[in-house]
Amino acid sequence: MSAATVTGGPTAWQRARRSPGLVIGLMVVVGMVLVAVFAPWLAPYDPDEQDVVVPLAAPSAEHLFGTDYFGRDVLSRVIWGARISLSIGIVSTAAGVIVGTAIGIVAGYFGGWLDRAITAAADVLLSFPQLIMGLLLVAVLGASTGNLILAIAVTAVPAFIRIARGSTLAMRERDFVDSCRVLGFSNLRIMFGHVLPNIMDEIVVLASLWLATAIRTESTLAFIGLGVPPPTATWGSIVREGFDNLLDAPWLSLCPSLAILAVMIGLNLIGDGLRDATDPKAAP
Amino acid sequence: MLGFILKRLLLAIPTLVAVLTVVFVLVRVVPGDPTLVILGDQASGQARADLRAKLGIDRPIVVQYADFLGQVATGDLGRSLATNRPILDDVAHVLPYTIELTLAAIVIGVAIGVPLGVLAARRRDGVADWFARIVSLLGVSFPAFVSGILLLIVFAVQLRWFPVISTPRTSSVGDRLGSLVLPALNLGLLMVAYVTRVTRSGMLKALGEDYVRTARAKGMGGRVVVWRHALRNVLIPIVTVVGLYLGALIGNAVLTEIVFNRPGLGKLIVTALNQRDYNLLQGLMVVAAFGIILANVLTDITYGLVDPRVTAR
Amino acid sequence: MSAALVRQSEAPLLQVEGLTTSIRVGGAWRDAVREVSFTVAGRETVALVGESGCGKSLTALSIMGLLAAKVGRVSAGRITVDGVDMVAASERQREAMRGDRVAMIFQEPMTSLNPVLTIGFQIGEALERHRGMSRKAARARAIELLERVRVPSAKARIDAYPHQFSGGMRQRVMIAMALACEPRVLIADEPTTALDVTIQAQVLALLAELQREVGLAILLITHNLGVVASVADRVLVMYGGDVVENAPVRSFFARPTHPYSEGLLKAMPRVDSAGELVAIPGHVPTLPDMPDGCRFQARCPLRIERCTERPPLAPLRADPAHEVRCWVRAS
Repeated sequence: MSAATVTGGPTAWQRARRSPGLVIGLMVVVGMVLVAVFAPWLAPYDPDEQDVVVPLAAPSAEHLFGTDYFGRDVLSRVIWGARISLSIGIVSTAAGVIVGTAIGIVAGYFGGWLDRAITAAADVLLSFPQLIMGLLLVAVLGASTGNLILAIAVTAVPAFIRIARGSTLAMRERDFVDSCRVLGFSNLRIMFGHVLPNIMDEIVVLASLWLATAIRTESTLAFIGLGVPPPTATWGSIVREGFDNLLDAPWLSLCPSLAILAVMIGLNLIGDGLRDATDPKAAP
Repeated sequence: MLGFILKRLLLAIPTLVAVLTVVFVLVRVVPGDPTLVILGDQASGQARADLRAKLGIDRPIVVQYADFLGQVATGDLGRSLATNRPILDDVAHVLPYTIELTLAAIVIGVAIGVPLGVLAARRRDGVADWFARIVSLLGVSFPAFVSGILLLIVFAVQLRWFPVISTPRTSSVGDRLGSLVLPALNLGLLMVAYVTRVTRSGMLKALGEDYVRTARAKGMGGRVVVWRHALRNVLIPIVTVVGLYLGALIGNAVLTEIVFNRPGLGKLIVTALNQRDYNLLQGLMVVAAFGIILANVLTDITYGLVDPRVTAR
Repeated sequence: MSAALVRQSEAPLLQVEGLTTSIRVGGAWRDAVREVSFTVAGRETVALVGESGCGKSLTALSIMGLLAAKVGRVSAGRITVDGVDMVAASERQREAMRGDRVAMIFQEPMTSLNPVLTIGFQIGEALERHRGMSRKAARARAIELLERVRVPSAKARIDAYPHQFSGGMRQRVMIAMALACEPRVLIADEPTTALDVTIQAQVLALLAELQREVGLAILLITHNLGVVASVADRVLVMYGGDVVENAPVRSFFARPTHPYSEGLLKAMPRVDSAGELVAIPGHVPTLPDMPDGCRFQARCPLRIERCTERPPLAPLRADPAHEVRCWVRAS
């Protein structure tokens, strides 16, 4: 339909590789994931080891980003914190994407009252700011790793219901589903064997942006005091500890803040780059 | 116009009930036995029963729901479990601070985002365009508490331009403004990002429209064409974006208040969380629900003001 | 006013000499309008005819100075509007000319009006700009103009928005807007194409009436030969950026000479003949594929070897006012 497909122009992948933002974003995020995976080898100190001799030490050759109130090495805690922060973000986004997409495809595919009910419910949930919703859920469920994942996943579901449903409806418009029915395919096979691969582009773009939201929500909740219980280090909780000593030791907050910021920028670059690559019209 | 506003308000009622229902389900149904959370698992059965009666959760859930909606309808948000003060009073006391902060953020977002987006669109890939891209990338990337802490470190701790701790309400106007600047900038950054993005893309589209060519054919100069003919049309997507992100803005206002130690709903939420005050939490969520619905209605009304095609329908 | 106008009406108000306009296609500048020359005098209507992409709208935009700088430019030639050289003029001077001495109306009345400004404001805007009128005076004049183009209950509708008007009424608003400052030259780019047939006739009649009143020079751009036959004095047929035929309207319809013009006429449905409609075979080549020499050669039934060389626009021996760009037909 577009000029690109007719003349065999660049594919989404080719356009993606040419976008510097996407490449930089991928490098940052992949780098951060590697740091999390290899934390035991990369961290110079044990993150929970307290050294009462050097509490709140300023950055030095020994402790690159200083030490916290208990004399723990901030850099090591941030490196280990990457594990918790990234995995909560990834697991909760994956759960939210899978559940939301499945419900959205079902709603768009069957239509009727089921669709109307699901859409209405998703709209009501979406009218709540994501952060407030996550905060409320964790507050009533209690702060634990499992509940954090559950709460963040739940806030992701309505967004993916909406986009999956919309894309599925668009697929139905193209008579694609009808021809599959004529061939005698089962509903399940059409929905997840044929519709799903075709709407994957949009899901992936939104998922990359949502991963940023999930990681941000986790760190924000940890900052408010609704994170994984101490002494486990996550980025948000390290910022919190640093914030309590902001006047005496401003460097405490700096290292975890920069880690969060780097991942956010990386994921947003990836999301924007993917969107431009999959939708040539939206390119700047 | 008045009929239009009334219609919007009436249409908002079902949404409000739905959102209130979500709040009710989350606060009253999901936690299971809140006495476990509030009192811990060591408390006696008698203490639990007393607390249940105090919370009103010993009654059937349907009765609780009807009671909840009735209370909200009469403007009663209940009493705080911790202080036994009416929640509405506590909220009314701090709400102006949150509204002040949110409005200031919107003003900053529009005042910086619109000109930046227009400049970026007029000179694509120019200096302004790159600046706009970097600002909007940073704006959407920064969690509000991270940007807030960085602002504090730079301007309050290092440069000492602004007080670290907000001054209370009784202080002078100058102090009030000083204590508003950093929080408002922090919250405004998010709005600047969204407004810049939508202004830039809307402007690029508008400048290619036929009516822009018509205006130029009338002898209108570049400035008039951009700021009068094109921008008036871009106001429509700008209003959409401001309305869409008002919810996110409220969430981030809460964070900003916590970071800058500013009175407001944010501090109240933290109090509710720390004291496990479920009634206060529920009351705050009801207020948030009202805020969100009101923001939606205001967005719709603003549409009527910027787009003559809306009210005519 | 009319005495002065009548005297001047014989002099050409719009002169285009050797206009060549280039547009950028895939990084390379290519001539999309080649050495086009014509004049339009007061009270005269010249029609520019051709398929879409033949360069007729680009010619109009070149005259107005409305080419987007990054994609189009006048690379050679002179354009004179009411004595002012539009190519040599600065952008400021061109701005002062546009809407004042030369005005333009567009094909799509739906999208050519700004949806969020009242029509009264959009009409009065040019008066404020060029005549220094106050908002109030411009508004009063806009009401007169609306009455002039026969928009019913003009006073009540002056503050209405474009979406509250029908297509035909919007085109009347466009005309009122274009004529606000009493321009000498009006360029009408497919002014009736988007309208219903009955409305088309009304709008054309209105244009003709206004032309008689104020002595306008009209450059009419259209692909509709029926419209040409009813209002034009002279016809220029364009193909691939070249003017291939230039003739008074009577002799054009009596003796269409260029093979492309013949094809156009055969493809036009007529009430008075039962003859079959014949489409011109083939397609207009895209700009990068445009052949050197005669641009119609690939589709031409009369093609000879010499057509690879560009023929000049030469007058017919029988009728010197009738010019044609064809080796076969000119001889």
